[in-house]
Amino acid sequence: MKVISANKIRNTVADLCIRANLFLRKDVLAQLKAAYAREKKKGAKDILGAIIQNASLAKKERLAICQDTGIPCVFIEIGQEVRISGDLKKAIAQGVELGYKKGFLRNSIIKDPLLRVKPGYSPAVIHIDIIKGDRFRLSVLPKGFGCENKTQLRMFNPTAQLAEIKKFIIEAVESAGPDACPPYIVGVGIGGTADYACFLAKKALLRKLGARSSELTALERELLLAINNLNIGPMGLGGRTTALGVNIETHPTHIAGLPVAVNISCHALRSASIGI
Amino acid sequence: MRKIKAPLDKIQIKKLKAGEKVLISGAIYTARDQAHKRLTQEMKRGRSLPIDLKHQIIYYCGPTKTPKGKTIGSCGPTTSARMDEFTPTLLRAGLKGMIGKGRRSFEVVKAIKKYRGVYFLTYAGCGALLSKYVQKARVVAYKDLGPEAIYELEVKDFPLIVGIDTKGNDIYKKARS
Repeated sequence: MKVISANKIRNTVADLCIRANLFLRKDVLAQLKAAYAREKKKGAKDILGAIIQNASLAKKERLAICQDTGIPCVFIEIGQEVRISGDLKKAIAQGVELGYKKGFLRNSIIKDPLLRVKPGYSPAVIHIDIIKGDRFRLSVLPKGFGCENKTQLRMFNPTAQLAEIKKFIIEAVESAGPDACPPYIVGVGIGGTADYACFLAKKALLRKLGARSSELTALERELLLAINNLNIGPMGLGGRTTALGVNIETHPTHIAGLPVAVNISCHALRSASIGI
Repeated sequence: MRKIKAPLDKIQIKKLKAGEKVLISGAIYTARDQAHKRLTQEMKRGRSLPIDLKHQIIYYCGPTKTPKGKTIGSCGPTTSARMDEFTPTLLRAGLKGMIGKGRRSFEVVKAIKKYRGVYFLTYAGCGALLSKYVQKARVVAYKDLGPEAIYELEVKDFPLIVGIDTKGNDIYKKARS
C-alpha cells in the first residue's frame, strides 16, 4: 500500500494551478503555430499572431494567459492500493487557494450560485476515478466560463444516424460563434448517461491534441474539417482556423438512448498533470 | 492606424467604421456582470452613480490580481452578450463606448445607433498582452465585487477593432459574408 500525504497533494495542486494558468500547453501552442502558418486571411493571421505572442509573454512575465483563470477542474486517478493520509478534498481546496494566490490568478469562484457574493478561489470541481494498482495522477484544468457557457447536451434516440450526431456537434460550435474565443478545441462525450457524457466531453479536453490514434480518429478529423469550413475564424472575424482540434471520448450506454455532449474550450486550453 | 482619445467626443465617434483598427489612449472604466446590474439598479431607484458615464467607455473586463511590480494583471475582454440587457440603459445615460468580445443583441445595435455610440472588440484571450497597454489601474467603485469592481484604467495605444459603428454596421455581419 502506497501512502500519499494530504500535504503533498496540496502542494502539487498549487503547483499545477500555476503551471496550467501561466504556461500554455505545448500541444495547443503547436496547433496555434501550425494554424498561423496555414492561415491565408490577413486579419485572421494577425489575431493568431497576437495569441501566440500572448502565450510567450505570459510565460516570460509570469502573467496569467487569460484573466479568466477559470473554475479549477481537478481530475484524480487514484489506484486502489493508494491510501491518502489526511483530508483529500480539503487538501485540494487548500492547494487551489495557495496556487491561485501565489500565481496572482483571479478569484472567480462564488460560494453560493444564487446569492453570488464575495468571489473566492475554491472549492474546485473534482472528478475522481479509481484505477488498479498504486498509481496516483492529478490533473488541473482551469476552465474559463465564456466557453463553458456554450456547453450543449442532447439525448439522441438510439436509432439516430451518425450524420445527425455530426450535425449537432458542428451546430454547437456554430452557435458559440465568435463569442467564446475561437479558435476552439472541441471536447465531445458520447454515451454513458446525461451527466457522464458531459463529464467525458470535459475530460476529452485533457487529451493531447492529435496524439491518439483510434477508431474515432477519422471522425475527429472529419469534424475538424467541417468546423473549419464554418469560416468563424479567430475572434469570429472569418478565416479557416475555427478549431484547433476535436477530441471525442465514448462510453457504453443504454439500449434506449444515445447522449452526446459538447464542451467547447477557448483557444487558451489550459491544463497541467503529474503523477505522484 | 487611427488613434483616438478617451473619453470619446462626437467627432471622433462619427469617423469610426466597423472593421477598422484603432488605438485608444486615455481613461476607461471596467465593468462586467454584477457592476452592470448594480449601476442599472441604482439608476432605477433614482440614485446617483459612483461614476459619471457621460462620454465614457466601459471595458468588459475583470482582471486577475496584480503581480508585484506590475500595473495590472492579465486583463482581456469578457463575453459582451451577457451585458446586453443592461447596455441600452447605460447608453441612454450617456455612455458612448464599449469594449468586449463577441456579438451584441439586436436591441444593443439599435441603441448604439440611437445614442450614437460605438462597440469595440479587442484581442480575446490575450489578457497578458493587453496588460502591457495599461499604465495605471485603480478601483473606483464596488470594491466588494473583487475582480468585478469598477476600475479606472489609464491606457496608452490600447488596440481595438471597431465592432459596431454609429450607423449600426456590424463587423460580424461583414466578416463572414
